[in-house]
Parts: sequence; structure tokens; C-alpha cells
Amino acid sequence: MSRNRLFLLIGLGVALLIAGVASYFASSSPDGMESAAQDVGFLDSAQDSAAAGSSLADYGVSGVNNEWLSVGLSGIIGVLVVLILATLLTTFLKGRGPSENAEPGTSSSSSSTGA
Amino acid sequence: MHVPDGFLNAPVSIATGAVAAGAVALAIRGARKELDEKTAPMAGLVAAFIFAVQMMNFPVGAGTSGHLMGGVLAAILVGPYTGALCVTVVLIVQGLLFADGGLTALGTNIILISLVTTFGGWALFRGLVMALPKNRVGLLTSGGISAFLSVPLAALVFSGLYLVGGAVDIDLGALFATMLGVHVLIGIGEALITVVVIGAVLTARPDLVYGARHLTPQLTLRTSSTASSSSTKAAV
Repeated sequence: MSRNRLFLLIGLGVALLIAGVASYFASSSPDGMESAAQDVGFLDSAQDSAAAGSSLADYGVSGVNNEWLSVGLSGIIGVLVVLILATLLTTFLKGRGPSENAEPGTSSSSSSTGA
Repeated sequence: MHVPDGFLNAPVSIATGAVAAGAVALAIRGARKELDEKTAPMAGLVAAFIFAVQMMNFPVGAGTSGHLMGGVLAAILVGPYTGALCVTVVLIVQGLLFADGGLTALGTNIILISLVTTFGGWALFRGLVMALPKNRVGLLTSGGISAFLSVPLAALVFSGLYLVGGAVDIDLGALFATMLGVHVLIGIGEALITVVVIGAVLTARPDLVYGARHLTPQLTLRTSSTASSSSTKAAV
């Protein structure tokens, strides 16, 4: 296993532990924005987002009744979705730098070689 | 810091959406120069890690919490343009899947939590890095201070947006004071997390820290300017 891959796996493991296990112990008090809005008097203008009905809304999986499991699962799903989307984006962009990085025709072959 | 729908009026929300879209397009252009075989997967990990740590709300004072924003952390680890894209992906997933942050407010949240913190924080970081000793302590101090300042900076920008297009008529002086006060406290947490994570990566893999490239000039700086860089990097 390459050093890069080992580092990525350890980092992903830490992220999954934080989102999947430790997140249950996060503070559930209103965050700075919400508490400031409450104090200054504009919290009531907040509206439900169009995504409020999502089955992952508010960091829980709808239908999973165990609170710890629900939060943890939502965190793990979130980490994996973000990982996949961000990696796809950055992998797509890599090696497509403006002109100085090789001609476009060769970029597809170089991107297929995994590190 | 996530702004829900309804706090800002429609014209301001449309304007922030347009500004965010334009800035993200610029970040995509800039990220192409920062990304290579090694940094692309690292950037994916940075985004996933920031999502995870943003779930960890920590208490600040009675009845209030805060969490990492991560812009400075991302900028130092993978570069400001790529970092801005990482945090933007986190915000889009949070908004669409987790209903965290509004959808009409998505542009506002991208400006506050991604753009202001990565680019504002990166500018502060670069300034401090030049002024402080060129070593690990200097780098971590620069990262900590810029992470700390990035949070009240974003709070100021939100207050400014509210001044232009807030939904409710409120005491604006109180808004600026309250937003700044609570976000200075959250900034302490932002600085601590940023310093611990950058410190850990510096210890394990200093070559993976974009903001530390001035400390390890032997390989990184030289190879980035040559056309055959990919082959040399692959061999490292």
C-alpha cells in the first residue's frame, strides 16, 4: 500500500469515526447564528428549507428510531457522499490546467493511472 | 453559521447566489492549477473531513454552540481555490440532503462559510507567514490566527448583508455586536481545531500541506514548474 493511500485511508477512518460515533455527543444548543438571531429578534423570519422533508434532514435517518444510530448513520452517509462528490470534482479538474499542463488530448490517459 | 431561508430578502439572496456562482467558477479555474495526482484525492478527503467535523458542535457559553467552518483549514491543506471548492461541496450536500442551511440562502452560505473564510483567511495566512519565522511554529501560529479571525470576519459579512437586505427591521448595532461577540468565541474553537489538524498532517506528511510548501522547497516548488512533474511526483 502506498504512503498516500495509507494516509487517505487513515484520514477517512478518522472522519467516519467523528461523523459516525462522536457526533452523537455534539452540543445540541443553537449555533452562533441562531442564538444571535434569537437575541437580536429575527429568528422567527427563518423558514423551512425546501429540503426539510429529506430523509436525512437535521442529521438523522428517517425511520431509524435509535437516536445514536440515526445520527451516526446520517454522518457516515454524509461523509461518503461528500468524499465521492469532491473527489469526482477534483479528479475531473486535475490535469486540466490552462494550457501549460499538457494538451487536452493526453489528459484522459494520464487521469486513468491511479496513484 | 449556516443561514436558513428567510433571514435575507429575495434581491439579496439572488445577488449572493450570482456572486457565489461567479466566484465558484473562478475557484474552478484556480483549482486546476493546484490539483495534481496527489492533491486531488487529498482534497476529497479534506471535504469529507470538514463535513464530519462540522457535525461536532462545541459549546460556547451558556446555551450556544458553534462548529468548525473549515475554510482556513482547507486552504492551508489543499490551496485556497481547491479549499473553497471543498467547503462548497460540503455546503451543497448539507443544504440539499441535511436541510442544514437554506436553499435560497445557499449562495449566502457559500459566500460566508466558503469564500470569505478560504480567501480572506488565506490572505491573512500568507501575510502572517511572511512576517513570522519560517518554521513549524510560525506556520501553525499563522494558521491559528487566520482561522480565529476568519469566523468573526464571516459574521461581519453576514451583518453587512443583513444591513442591505434583512427580512426584519432590527437594531443593527445590536446585530453587529451580538454576531461579533458570539463568533469571536467560536473562532477560538476554529483556531484550536485548525492548529491541531494542520499540526498532525505536518507531522505525518508535511509534503501534503499546501501552505507549508515554502518550508519544503526541494521537491515541490521545482517540480511544479516543469512539464514532466507528474512522473517525478509519482516516483516520490
